[in-house]
Amino acid sequence: MPSLSERILAGVAGEYVDREVDRAYVHDGTGVLTYETWRALGTGEVARPSRVYVLFDHIVPANNSTTADLQHELRNFALFHGLQFSDIGGGICHQLMGEGIALPGEIIAGADSHTCTLGAFGAFATGVGATDMAAIVASGMTWFRIPDTIGLIFSGTLSGGAEAKDLALTYVARLGMDGATYRALEFIGDGVSSLSMDSRLTICNLSVETGAKTGMFYADQVTREYLMAYGQETAIQDPPDRTYNQEYPFDLGAIEPVIAVSPRVDTIRPVDELAGIPLDQIFVGTCTNGRYEDLSRFAAVVRGKKVKVRTIIGPASRSIMSKAARTGVLSDLIAAGCTILPPGCGPCLGAHMGVIGEGEICLSTSNRNFRNRMGVGGEIYLSSVATAAASAIRGEITSPGGMV
Amino acid sequence: MRIEGHAVCLPADIDTDQIIAGRYLRTKDRSVWKRHVFEDLDADLAERLDGAVIVAGKNFGCGSSREQAPVALKVAGVRAIVAPSFARIFFRNAINIGLPLAEAEILCNDGDRVEIDLSAGMITIAGKTRDIRPLSPRMLEMLAAGGLVSHWRQKR
Ligand code: SF4
Repeated sequence: MPSLSERILAGVAGEYVDREVDRAYVHDGTGVLTYETWRALGTGEVARPSRVYVLFDHIVPANNSTTADLQHELRNFALFHGLQFSDIGGGICHQLMGEGIALPGEIIAGADSHTCTLGAFGAFATGVGATDMAAIVASGMTWFRIPDTIGLIFSGTLSGGAEAKDLALTYVARLGMDGATYRALEFIGDGVSSLSMDSRLTICNLSVETGAKTGMFYADQVTREYLMAYGQETAIQDPPDRTYNQEYPFDLGAIEPVIAVSPRVDTIRPVDELAGIPLDQIFVGTCTNGRYEDLSRFAAVVRGKKVKVRTIIGPASRSIMSKAARTGVLSDLIAAGCTILPPGCGPCLGAHMGVIGEGEICLSTSNRNFRNRMGVGGEIYLSSVATAAASAIRGEITSPGGMV
Repeated sequence: MRIEGHAVCLPADIDTDQIIAGRYLRTKDRSVWKRHVFEDLDADLAERLDGAVIVAGKNFGCGSSREQAPVALKVAGVRAIVAPSFARIFFRNAINIGLPLAEAEILCNDGDRVEIDLSAGMITIAGKTRDIRPLSPRMLEMLAAGGLVSHWRQKR
């Protein structure tokens, strides 16, 4: 039986195919170069405006006049051509596409490496650069080399203080930063049904950190119910009935809370081993861990207490933020002393808000801890939300087990 | 297609943040990228890139999809990049903007003379010759045209 990539791209691994793209999206960071290149193509046409999304999230609201000018130009392009547009404050592109837009079986291209997040829906979703995207905007098509697939087989359920992020960091460490280059990951096994959509989005989000083209779950009852809430009636995908050339088993019950230490995502240590390292900043948010479940888990730990280190919370979208406002999560976070950012990427890329200084350490729930990413001379440690919450209360790295 | 240049040797896992940091992306002015390329890795590197062939370790260009990374290298004068493997988005981006890549595992010292014959699939460094993994015909066509945009315009 073919892999999910082979089914969706309709061909066999290794084959080069030209395919229509069901949804294409850019953000304010990659949109400008996409627009420039699209203009250079000289057709003046957008093939399918209803399928092209421009979502402002990277530097929002604009931080200076250069950014404002670039955003102004991109906004006008989107509006003039009738593209699907989300202005500042709407949320992070991958999250917005995951709020009832991306559907099982679709081919999705995003001008951002974490487009693989949407593989959580059983879509073939992958990141492309600005020039590829310009050609997609103009023609509606692109080419793919159908990837080989690596199977990650989950059994059991997460327990103790471990969450989906710990599982994600653990598999990235097992495969290594280039362990899946040019290939796709499939997450399968009995352990999958216990993972919520929010957890699956986190797990797929990290797949590019192994070099993978995408990481996918087969759409099941959990997917169906999630999309139903957005008014999308979707079918479930036949589960895989195959073995993979390369397989990695993971017993979810054995996953422990871990931290990826600066500057590599694939270098993890048990949180316990790093306990006591003093922190300068904690950041909870991003396309990895800025969803409602994340905010609410963090709030449950800090409720009625005060954080001992500057703590920045970035809800991944407006609807997440407004749900957090409705349920009281937001006021718990504010009362505990957290700083709330508008929905967007914020500190994740070190270009706007929450930048860290030389020699500072930030514990972040994001997906990349590359040198200088959040600020020159600063170090980034990546963790789960539970670890971030326990650490916020103590002001130093703290195991979630020690708090709950 | 033949390319020649002097080798600039780099380690494995060079990510796109190291090639051009996120703080320099918000501009259309390519001279900014040229000036700040590899700044966080080695501030003096930018000056040695004109006419260079980068010979790097595996997984070159991992990280973000920012096309400014290959563009920065191209405007800095890099003629080609050689590595045992590339991150896939970087790979597509480089070909799309007309920056040749060659997949090969080969030892080098800074300043060695590098010759690449893309059509023949060969690389020679300091007199030693190796095969490179062949590019698809479409990629070779795109490189010959100077990138996706000129290839596109030629075909229309
Ligand atoms: S949150 Fe961070 S990783 Fe996610 S899209 Fe934004 S900048 Fe990229």
